Amino acid sequence: MKNFFKIIIIAAFGVMLYPLFDSFSGNGQLNDLASFYAQKENVEKVNSANLVTAVVVTYRGLDTLGEVTILFLTAAIIAFFLTKQSEVRTLRRNSEIFQTAARLLIPVIIMVGVYIFINGHLSPGGGFQGGAVIASAVILMLLAFPNMPFNSKLFGLIESTSGLVFVGIAFLGVLIGTGFLDNAILPLGTFGELLSAGTIPIIYSFVGLKVGAELSNIISGLQSVQADN
Amino acid sequence: MNFLIISILLGILMLVMAGIAIYHKSMVVAIISAGALSLFASILYLLLAAPDVAMTEAAIGSGLSTIIFFYVLNRIRTTDEKKEDGEME
Repeated sequence: MKNFFKIIIIAAFGVMLYPLFDSFSGNGQLNDLASFYAQKENVEKVNSANLVTAVVVTYRGLDTLGEVTILFLTAAIIAFFLTKQSEVRTLRRNSEIFQTAARLLIPVIIMVGVYIFINGHLSPGGGFQGGAVIASAVILMLLAFPNMPFNSKLFGLIESTSGLVFVGIAFLGVLIGTGFLDNAILPLGTFGELLSAGTIPIIYSFVGLKVGAELSNIISGLQSVQADN
Repeated sequence: MNFLIISILLGILMLVMAGIAIYHKSMVVAIISAGALSLFASILYLLLAAPDVAMTEAAIGSGLSTIIFFYVLNRIRTTDEKKEDGEME
């Protein structure tokens, strides 16, 4: 009887979702909103090679600020609930291969993360992706060398400074430019160069630092409350 | 056509990984297969011309969240064992 109901529910979902599948046809053109962002005047206004970044940081900059705030709240709540244990844990030493590989890979991974967020306006990726890559390097560090001291205060300082700089640049747009998060308070530069597209690379670098520091703090908090087996 | 075949294969692999994640008895295998699911999803995003999303999925979906699941699993396991020991005594 129970299984019968399950099958009926699944069939009902199928009937509900089938029209979506049936009416789907590949779209050869951009839709209205996307073509508004992709038209020539608007691309020249932000001068960024990666249109996704331009949309995320300038047109939808307020949404990015909201996302950053949510991430900050999450990190704060996790740090609030995870209380540090004072006892010193004796851990098994990791294997030599893992430690050597981690020593080799960690700087490279951090460099890739920094590359991703500094070149956010030129190549795919941006602050969030770069920050996540940096945090994965920190995870590797914590897994390979669990007894290494982790300065969570420094990471918290980086995090809050980056957030303040982000909001500060956004407010400079009100004072100098036309409004909150105005992109054009800095010269737009030549299309495709590292220092171009106004404030996008600066804002995205700080977003990257902030996200990386926040995720690293969350991970190290979770690592520090691990109990011995 | 080639593109279509690769995409369908990736989709089937993702479904298999999801099945393993739900039905496997060992929690460790389930967590690893959930991470692998994210990895295949990120390849699929790359094929569908969304490199930004693919990067996020690869770093957060298969990197960070897998490790967080392992940390939480370890934490739950130790508290469970302590509780069982307490009941026995």
